[in-house]
Amino acid sequence: MLRVENLWVEVAGKQVLKGVNLDIAPGETHILFGKNGSGKTTLLMTIMGFSSYHITEGRIFFKGEDITHLPPYERAKRGIGLSFQRPPTIRGIKTRDIINICGRGRISADDLAERFQFQDFLDRDINLGFSGGELKKSELLQLIAQDPELTLLDEPESGVDLENLQVIGEAIRNLLQKHIRRKRAKSGLIISHQGFILNYLEADKGALMWNGRVHCRGNARELFKHIQEKGYEECAECIAEFMK
Amino acid sequence: MHSRIHEIKEAAESAKDKKGTYGPDIDLSQYKKNATPHPYEEKLGSFGPEESDKLTAVGIDISQDQRSGTFLLKDQSVIHCRTKQDGLEVLSMKEALDRYQWLEEYWWKAVSVDADKYTAQAELSLNDGYFIRSYAFAKSLSPIQACLYMGVENLSQNVHNIIIAEEGSELHIITGCATAPYVLSGLHIGISEFYIKKGAKLTFTMIHNWGRDVMVRPRSAAIVEEEGIFLSNFACLHPVRSLQLYPVTRLVGQGAIARFHSILLATPGSDLDTGARVFLQAPQTRSEIITRAISTGGKIMARGHLIGEVPGIKAHLECMGLLLSEKGGIHAVPELEGKVGGVDMSHEAAVGKIAQEEVEYLMARGLSEEEATSTIVRGFLDVRIEGLPPSLQEELSRVIKQSEKALM
Repeated sequence: MLRVENLWVEVAGKQVLKGVNLDIAPGETHILFGKNGSGKTTLLMTIMGFSSYHITEGRIFFKGEDITHLPPYERAKRGIGLSFQRPPTIRGIKTRDIINICGRGRISADDLAERFQFQDFLDRDINLGFSGGELKKSELLQLIAQDPELTLLDEPESGVDLENLQVIGEAIRNLLQKHIRRKRAKSGLIISHQGFILNYLEADKGALMWNGRVHCRGNARELFKHIQEKGYEECAECIAEFMK
Repeated sequence: MHSRIHEIKEAAESAKDKKGTYGPDIDLSQYKKNATPHPYEEKLGSFGPEESDKLTAVGIDISQDQRSGTFLLKDQSVIHCRTKQDGLEVLSMKEALDRYQWLEEYWWKAVSVDADKYTAQAELSLNDGYFIRSYAFAKSLSPIQACLYMGVENLSQNVHNIIIAEEGSELHIITGCATAPYVLSGLHIGISEFYIKKGAKLTFTMIHNWGRDVMVRPRSAAIVEEEGIFLSNFACLHPVRSLQLYPVTRLVGQGAIARFHSILLATPGSDLDTGARVFLQAPQTRSEIITRAISTGGKIMARGHLIGEVPGIKAHLECMGLLLSEKGGIHAVPELEGKVGGVDMSHEAAVGKIAQEEVEYLMARGLSEEEATSTIVRGFLDVRIEGLPPSLQEELSRVIKQSEKALM
């Protein structure tokens, strides 16, 4: 589904990604842990194709096609969707408008909002004055309308209270077809600082982002447990040892 | 009373050469003083398809089905004037002055005749204008439309209007000001004096659509009494050489409210200098001045001046400007003047280009860069105006939508 080859990315003149390799098969969900500033968001923004993320080396393939230089909307059309950690407010554009843009007429914004108790937000300016949980809900509703094959989730649990975590976990499971065991086609890449999202859904593989590179690939839950117990500092020492 | 009329004439004479405070100076002598008169039309029928489109673009409904009254001034002739609802009155200004002696009390009371050479010319070379009044406690069911239209090249059109919303009444007016599609230059001077009495509500929605080289100098002022509400909306989304207006409102009665919404677009070669000034002179008065301005290469000066003169008033000024071109510019000049303690006044202004972050957010949802930009611009212009009847809100949205096509 997604293959990232030796990706080097510069943001505002600073080298953030330093040779990232990643391979996500159809139906797989990967989770990438890492401290703030390790390059996780940069990776997602680069996969989506945003202009301030400059690829200095490497390539990105989606379903076998080289998309390294495609603009974001071409990537969206091909089936990549992103849930932003901090989406911008756009005055005058209603949540309903943007859900309709995402759904391209295939889905009713009212029905969708009703399913997630989000009706009161449909006619509000997108993201204006939304709480942390409301922002995430709004992002996920847009993605459900968009129905991407590859879902990129940037810190889906940050700023969400316990009550809403359940709803958000359910929405993500839905997006990633977690209810289908065989012939699951949807893939996901989740980045998370704290990893609590794993309490609400399974990931097939886990890895650690450290200083612009991906390390410690393996079982997601084991890695999460390890990070919870030992903290990122021990990861740093381990990686330093490994890099010697 | 005759001495007052005499004084007005004298004051106008003395201001004949007085330059305006704002906006480029205009040589009044270069415009034609007189136009060929047009006959009165019982049913509006003299407009060709292109002219009709231009009228529709400024909110004028030629069929009049959705209007409770119509006034139409073509060049310097009143070609249509009538009202369909009891309790509402629409007259040509000259006829109203003949009919009502008392109207002289309102004549140049809110606006000073000697403010500048434009007010002076309106007095000394008056063509006509409209007088619209809602009787005490009457409620207008649908808006009254007034149209000031120029169909010949290089004409000077001098208009004086008086609008009175009597006690407890509700009046909605839509004014469309336009030149014929083939007219490029001209001068429009429009004096409007608004009197909103105790507990009355007036919504005044003005839409301009001029020729490329037309000069426009509206001069208006309003006096709002106790618990009165004045909502003034202005849209100018088409080329014009120079437009300068800075209406003054006085909230003289307790609890009076004035709200101004302006939606402006300056294309290359256009110079818009607009604003609103509100004196909050009685307790619990409130005011809001909101401007949305877009430059695609023209210049916009967005002024606002709120003066809080007594404690317990509340006022807010907001100007959002979007620069869609490297040329032109938007200059926001917000002024807040609190003269006593206990006033609550604020302002918010932001001028810049469209944030790339917003464009890319929509691109991630599948819109091309162009589509994302136009969606953001549409959202920027789509102002929901509190208290505006739905039919007028729709009319305004329609006019904005129509001009977006030209913008993109």
